[in-house]
Amino acid sequence: MPRSLDEVLKTLTDRGPDAKLLAGGTDLLPQMKNGLLKPPCVVDLSGVPRLRTVEPDGRGLRVGAAVPARVLERDRVARSTYTSLAESAALVGSVQVRNLATLGGNLCNAAPSADLAPPLLALDAVAVIVGPKGERRVPFADFFTGVRRTVLAADEILVEIAVPAPGPRSGGNYLRHTPRRELDIAVVGVASQLTLADGVCRKARIALAAVAPTPVRALAAEQALEGKAVTPEAIERAADLAVGAAKPINDQRGSADYRRHLVRVLTRRTLRTALARAGA
Amino acid sequence: MSKQILSCIVNGESTEVLVQPYVTLLDALREDLGLTGPKEGCGTGDCGACTIHLDGEPVASCLMLAMQVRGREVRTIEGLGTNGTLHPLQEAFVRLGVPQCGFCIPGALMAAAALLNEHPRPTEEQIRYGIAGNLCRCTGYTKMVAAITEAAGALPAKGA
Repeated sequence: MPRSLDEVLKTLTDRGPDAKLLAGGTDLLPQMKNGLLKPPCVVDLSGVPRLRTVEPDGRGLRVGAAVPARVLERDRVARSTYTSLAESAALVGSVQVRNLATLGGNLCNAAPSADLAPPLLALDAVAVIVGPKGERRVPFADFFTGVRRTVLAADEILVEIAVPAPGPRSGGNYLRHTPRRELDIAVVGVASQLTLADGVCRKARIALAAVAPTPVRALAAEQALEGKAVTPEAIERAADLAVGAAKPINDQRGSADYRRHLVRVLTRRTLRTALARAGA
Repeated sequence: MSKQILSCIVNGESTEVLVQPYVTLLDALREDLGLTGPKEGCGTGDCGACTIHLDGEPVASCLMLAMQVRGREVRTIEGLGTNGTLHPLQEAFVRLGVPQCGFCIPGALMAAAALLNEHPRPTEEQIRYGIAGNLCRCTGYTKMVAAITEAAGALPAKGA
């Protein structure tokens, strides 16, 4: 079991695609059991301290990629300042799963429905990636490239999620719709973050899950909110515009029409809550 | 592939066991250590029948490789009571006749015990949320919630 990032990178370089990284294992183990994956080499990341720390610094919150959802859900700073992230962490699986499942695992598996992704897009978070050529930083808006695909190369590892502090008078919220309240996969998930100044919205972020191959931002809706007072009418208009960012499919969880409806409803609700939390 | 030595603490006792690196913690507990309390229902972390405590926190043992618990503390349902005495949760489950087929009960008890460690006087909402990861296909949730409520009342309050 590697004790440092250098050891992990060396194993990835030496073993190439034979090596699979094990963070929480809640996605890897089922894939190994049903025969989808038969990795000759599994690299347990739990011994690398940098991957397991949550740390506020001057600029924001740094979350190690192998931090379990349960830790984020309980983290005092995450709950008070990065609320949508803590809220989404509390929705992943059951408590038995959240004690294992990690933030980085949820992101690197890159399911379109990943609950932890929309809050990171809404908070302008950045992926810190390390590989043989050194470190690079990729905004989460560019991290996902398709269903279960990311910008990560085979010899790279997601090390840290850097979340900039939203600043004063900012509020966020994540909501998702599921047929069953716990242990289910989002039919649609929406994260909103609003930052206010001088009676108007200085910055708006709205990010959607499970309505496209990757998590997406609702840019037109964000732009419609920025620079103006966040009135009930403005929220209605943003909710309508957010629907345009969704390119949903029909599947067993819900029809495309139903998903568009949910985008409107959840955008409206998350904006209202974000506004209240921003201290309007 | 050759077996590896796993050293950890199981139910309070230092334990060394030879395991294949690819076996799950659940299989190692059941097959190599003879602890058949934790059950395999789904094997994918959805049903909670394999719930154990790892360093005091509930986890799905079917989703872990045994070698991941090196040097850590594992507690199964076999170690929930102390010195041959049942845990108050176990007593309440017996008294109220919670088990029907019984398959989910060891996992449900471990989830409930973890819940009471965090919230010694849980609300019904907290109880239902705490055992949301434990499926009972006999659908015996009503009595399960009642028994956890009763056991919480019998436990000394932990100043929380």
